[in-house]
Amino acid sequence: MNLVPLGLVLDIGLGLLALAIALFALRTRTTYAAAVGFVAFGLLVALAWFRLGAPDVALTEAAIGGGLTGLLMLNASARLRATEAAAERERPGVPLRLLALLAAVAVAGALAIAVLALPTPAPTLAPLAVANAPVTGLGNPVAATLMAFRATDTLLEKVVLVLAIVGVWSLARDERWGGRPGRRHAADPNGVLVFFARLLPPIGIVFGVYLLFVSADLPGGAFQGGTILAAMWLLAIMARLADTPTIDQRWLRFWLIAGPAAFLLVGLAGLAFGSGFLAYPEPLAKPIILFVEVVKIVTVGVTLALIVAGPPERRGGEGR
Amino acid sequence: MGYLSIALIGAGVFFFIAGTVGLLRFPDTLSRLHALTKADNLGIGLIVLGLLPRAADGMAALKLVVVWGLILLASATVSQLAGTAARREGRPR
Repeated sequence: MNLVPLGLVLDIGLGLLALAIALFALRTRTTYAAAVGFVAFGLLVALAWFRLGAPDVALTEAAIGGGLTGLLMLNASARLRATEAAAERERPGVPLRLLALLAAVAVAGALAIAVLALPTPAPTLAPLAVANAPVTGLGNPVAATLMAFRATDTLLEKVVLVLAIVGVWSLARDERWGGRPGRRHAADPNGVLVFFARLLPPIGIVFGVYLLFVSADLPGGAFQGGTILAAMWLLAIMARLADTPTIDQRWLRFWLIAGPAAFLLVGLAGLAFGSGFLAYPEPLAKPIILFVEVVKIVTVGVTLALIVAGPPERRGGEGR
Repeated sequence: MGYLSIALIGAGVFFFIAGTVGLLRFPDTLSRLHALTKADNLGIGLIVLGLLPRAADGMAALKLVVVWGLILLASATVSQLAGTAARREGRPR
């Protein structure tokens, strides 16, 4: 009686919906609506990853793609509000728009050709990763790939986070250097946001740490967990229960580089005592990975929260 | 049990559709929020109730209930904030 498999209908619907939202985000006139469209698009893409059987990617997409990047864009749109009208009057000329169209079609076309040209079954190292995951003491082959087989990539990804915060801070005005990032939020101390910001963080912190520890055997990870920790901190900042730290503090600088530094130290230790850079001795693989992950979740949380908070804008005591 | 589950999920979907229609058709922010909270509270609640008998074990059922609770908390907070912002703006759109 099932003429069309229900899953297929769901997948096609999901794909069409994602395309429609993407089109809306591109076509809509205000940056605010575009940012909201981007968040919805991120959540739909997360669902699509889940349907493709990639819950690890889905979690990351929901946390980073939808949540954190969405928040960055909403912040940016709030800052751009004053210039919005002027930007709207400025329409690019026909040649420029044609050029943009051509570039977009070329990129999309090249990607489509690359994907369609893959042989079936596509070349994959997945069976190898699954077969060798137990060596690392991890049950989740995705975690084993990220932390052991392709650890160099993950290390570089952490370095990118440091570069990102350097980029954000370099936007600071000279006289604001060493101050607090972002503006001081206004919140009614008896309001519902403050209540929410008191109620949610205990749950969110437990869940973020849980995501890290569960990633040994199930989907999760330090990045996803760290994003949730960052969100909890930002929530407290927005509710005025906490304030962003001044960026000249030692502990802050320490945690910003602790993740990649710990990773790098472990890698160099592998070079000195083991068989090569980032080579873990087999019986110690899991404790070492756990150590790096625990340091990493703090670094990810602090870095992502400060990226969203933005460049320093206030002196230490200002805006209280 | 199966029919009860389908009936509850169906009722939840009805509230989601009703909430969406309200969101699209109602004239101002506060009434649109009113429509949305029906989808969040009753819609998700009924769907979770309908899914409970299908949960694999007690832990999965507990997770569903916790997710429901968190959504209730978030939606109540967000609609309060949106409502306050709309009132402060003074011209509910």
